[in-house]
Amino acid sequence: MKITKAEVEYVAGLARLEFSEEGKEMFATQLNSILSYMDMLNRVDTSGVEPETHAISLKNAFREDGVWKSLDPEEATKNAPEERGNCFRVPKVIE
Amino acid sequence: MEYETVIGLEVHAQLLTDSKIFCGCSTKFGATPNSHTCQICLGMPGVLPVLNRKVVEFTIKMGLATHCRINPEDVFARKNYFYPDLPKGYQISQFDRPLAEDGWVDVEIDGNKKRIGIIRIHMEEDAGKLVHDEAGPFSYVDFNRTGVPLIEIVSRPDIRSPEEASAYLRRLHEILVYLEICDGNMEEGSFRCDANVSIRPEGADEFGTRTELKNMNSFRNVQRALEYEVKRQQYVIEGGGKVIQETRLWDDAQGTTHSMRGKEEAHDYRYFPDPDLVPVAIDEAWIEQIRATLPELPVEKRERFAREYGIPPYDAGVLTTTRALAEFYEETVRLTGKPKIASNWVMGDVLRYLNEEKRDIQDSPVTPSALAGMINLIEKGTISGKIAKEVFEEMYRSGKGPEEIIREKGLVQITDEDALKKAIEQVLAANPAEVEQYRAGKQKLFGFFVGQVMKATGGKANPALVNELLKKTLSSP
Repeated sequence: MKITKAEVEYVAGLARLEFSEEGKEMFATQLNSILSYMDMLNRVDTSGVEPETHAISLKNAFREDGVWKSLDPEEATKNAPEERGNCFRVPKVIE
Repeated sequence: MEYETVIGLEVHAQLLTDSKIFCGCSTKFGATPNSHTCQICLGMPGVLPVLNRKVVEFTIKMGLATHCRINPEDVFARKNYFYPDLPKGYQISQFDRPLAEDGWVDVEIDGNKKRIGIIRIHMEEDAGKLVHDEAGPFSYVDFNRTGVPLIEIVSRPDIRSPEEASAYLRRLHEILVYLEICDGNMEEGSFRCDANVSIRPEGADEFGTRTELKNMNSFRNVQRALEYEVKRQQYVIEGGGKVIQETRLWDDAQGTTHSMRGKEEAHDYRYFPDPDLVPVAIDEAWIEQIRATLPELPVEKRERFAREYGIPPYDAGVLTTTRALAEFYEETVRLTGKPKIASNWVMGDVLRYLNEEKRDIQDSPVTPSALAGMINLIEKGTISGKIAKEVFEEMYRSGKGPEEIIREKGLVQITDEDALKKAIEQVLAANPAEVEQYRAGKQKLFGFFVGQVMKATGGKANPALVNELLKKTLSSP
């Protein structure tokens, strides 16, 4: 078992998720099975193969620097639970 | 015990693009909240960011200007954390494959050169702006700044004093502004700095525990905050305590740093390559093409000014503070052939009048050709240096050329000997007692007579000629 329940709790905490005890057990099992699949892939000889960060070989997809029409502030904040003065209003956060 | 200070700086500079890094929203400062936002920078599901080519070009420029290696393949990564100014729950940044690495800049401290290493320069998106409610339990989020392109410049821990930190920051700031890739406006947050600082006993190899300082929005505050923090750490250590690794905020009003509230949980950003953005490949041809567009940088310009124009290093330093000022000066020199006189006028009256109104050299009502015209009139003897001050002020106020002002105000220097003789005779006739004293040996009264003649001619008399004629008249009874 590579992933313990404690690690599930830690990662869930980083993602601001809460799970029941059964949920934590379930995710630990699932994550472990994913990792053992990775172990299987690790047995493949990849010496001489450059690591890739993307599944496609495309590079340099650019746009030229130009301004387009933005949303109206009313439109932009339409999904906000609360809006004041064109701003999203959220519970007070001080870093 | 003697301590050594160790400082490393992280600088965030906003790039001067028209549109954001991954979408076409405007980067202009000060707009109505959330009026520069779209589905992409608001992080709506299913949208795709597309990289602004200019961001790459500007970052390559900065990399080259600071002697970095430009990495041939660069990858964007997601930095995951939760904060309300970050709509996606992650910031697009770079992690293990930044655009530029291993550079340096030289700074000068008390006439000595010191090289400060740069670990890396990477591209990333800025976060939004939060305004906290003074009265209620609310914060207000404006996403206009979200997605504005930034470069982060990370120095090596090579900095050994708050003065060095300040000199390094000024150097970076100057380069960014010279390259015209950042407006350098610290008040609007276009140039921001965080500092890592620790102290260790002199001669020790290990670094001490460091604190990270934030919220310093001017060169002066960076220096003050670092000076305070170094003293605080010494105090903690000498009192038998231990410095805690933490983030501290600079409080400008109090002149102190204080620990950031809340639990200090270790950051775990879980960086991974952003699957929405393909890698950036930079070949030699692209690098060379950009290298060819690099302007002469401040340090080189400074050295050339001192060498080519024979002006003191101090003058060269002042005149190269910005590219526009350097150009103003060089144009004035080109039109007059008088480097030192041009330097005196530009550093003196030009900058004084502009500074009084907090105006930039670009907005100077006196152009280099008008200033040069005036300097040439002094050289020709048409006006005296003293009258020139008056002419300059009028040029600045009205935007008129020097000849026009001189003509309108009748300021042409009096070089007519007869007219001057007449003025001298009148002055001597009006001051018989002084004349007698002078002739009896009180030589220092000579200055008094010169002053009286200048006054009588409204300052327009040619001073050299007045001296000569006065001497002649006074010595022949």
